[in-house]
Amino acid sequence: MKRTVERHLNILEFTLASLLRRRAKNLSLLAMYLLVIFMLASLQFFVTALKREAALILTDAPDMVVQRLTAGRQDLVPDRYGADIARIKGVTAVRPRLWGYYYDALNGANYTIMASDDTAAPPGAAIGAAIAKARNLQIGDLLPLISYDKSPVMLEIGSIFPSSSDLIAADLIVLSPADFQQLFNFPGGQATDLAVTVRNPKELPTVAAKIASQFPDSRPILKSEIQRTYQSIFDWRGGMTLIVLASALLSFIIFAWDKATGLSAEERKEIGILKSIGWETSDVLLLKFWEGLVISLTAFLLGVVLAYGHVFFLSAPLFAQALKGWSVIYPRFQLVPVVNAYQLAVLFFLTVVPYTTATVIPCWRAATIDPDAAMRY
Amino acid sequence: MRRSLQFILFTAVTLTVFLLLPLHARNAQHHREAPVPQLQSLHVTDLCLATEARYTRHPAVADSHAPFQEHPLALEHFPTGALILPNIPGRDTK
Repeated sequence: MKRTVERHLNILEFTLASLLRRRAKNLSLLAMYLLVIFMLASLQFFVTALKREAALILTDAPDMVVQRLTAGRQDLVPDRYGADIARIKGVTAVRPRLWGYYYDALNGANYTIMASDDTAAPPGAAIGAAIAKARNLQIGDLLPLISYDKSPVMLEIGSIFPSSSDLIAADLIVLSPADFQQLFNFPGGQATDLAVTVRNPKELPTVAAKIASQFPDSRPILKSEIQRTYQSIFDWRGGMTLIVLASALLSFIIFAWDKATGLSAEERKEIGILKSIGWETSDVLLLKFWEGLVISLTAFLLGVVLAYGHVFFLSAPLFAQALKGWSVIYPRFQLVPVVNAYQLAVLFFLTVVPYTTATVIPCWRAATIDPDAAMRY
Repeated sequence: MRRSLQFILFTAVTLTVFLLLPLHARNAQHHREAPVPQLQSLHVTDLCLATEARYTRHPAVADSHAPFQEHPLALEHFPTGALILPNIPGRDTK
């Protein structure tokens, strides 16, 4: 046992010395390998955490949202739709929702404005932390907005949502229904859409079918559809995700190509010398196995640990840049960490195992030929 | 210290950190901040991931979407359109 451990340690010692002899080549290889694993693991952590966050947040989503369409675009829903829908068997509540968008010409930002008659909330408007930061606002300050009849609307800031709620409320302004109607010159007796609650979730498709049949211009959106939108977010068919995956795949093809096309003359000569001084073929294979493992295992462990830090401690600045796009107001992606052991295992078997195998196979070919031929090659 | 032992020690440390990640994640999930009641009462339908376009701010309740609906050669204008996919009914059940 001790002899076996000593043999492995000696071969590992030689492997490290051999890798350090070609320091520049191996360090650049390690850096590239690490970068590929870092990007893949970051994407995996980010998407898994975002999906989990979405699943938690959207448990509060309405059972069904009913919109009205006019000429293919969303239109306001008259109150009578709500009254008629409330009479459908199985529907327990219909709540008209008032919400919309406000373009702030001062900073070019888009805000989401929602009306709420929540009496438990602090008086005044509630705004997202990102708006407070962009407009340099504090509780008690006035936020001037221009209404649709061009008169100023001064909103007193009653509360600011904590930045931990950015994933829901970064760009949100919650105000009273009266302020909402004044701001948008919103017609009375109408709503942006209807939030419908159904007693038995199994009846949702039936209720949706009844609504669609009773109001042909309506569009019911089920909670399951809302949740599915976020479960398919960052789907591999999405442009940016495809680019990351394609880059990673291409890098691995280059690695594998480099290894599979054979050894350099110098490496072949080294194997010849080792065999001529008494190394067994198994020793040479073990040397190459360790060489592959040192590079790939180091890249894998460091890549995954760095990706975890990037996503959960630094709020994924690389992906946040892509998500910011042209947005002026954007959230800070403070995600609650999630580690999916299955996905990490897949990443390990798709990266470490092929690379280590690709390192050993050409060496096996070189190590089985005559040392003299190997040195002369 | 031998170079091989240094490497094994380094790998052991990174492996320990790697194995601690699930524990850290579980701990963070237990200590997740409670949601703001005012926000819960709004029953929001979408996450605020991007605010540049309506269909990426509220993808779940955006207009029905078909590829190249504006023009046969129209490419996506907003960067987030390449990340946040439209809600196409029945897409995941096919």
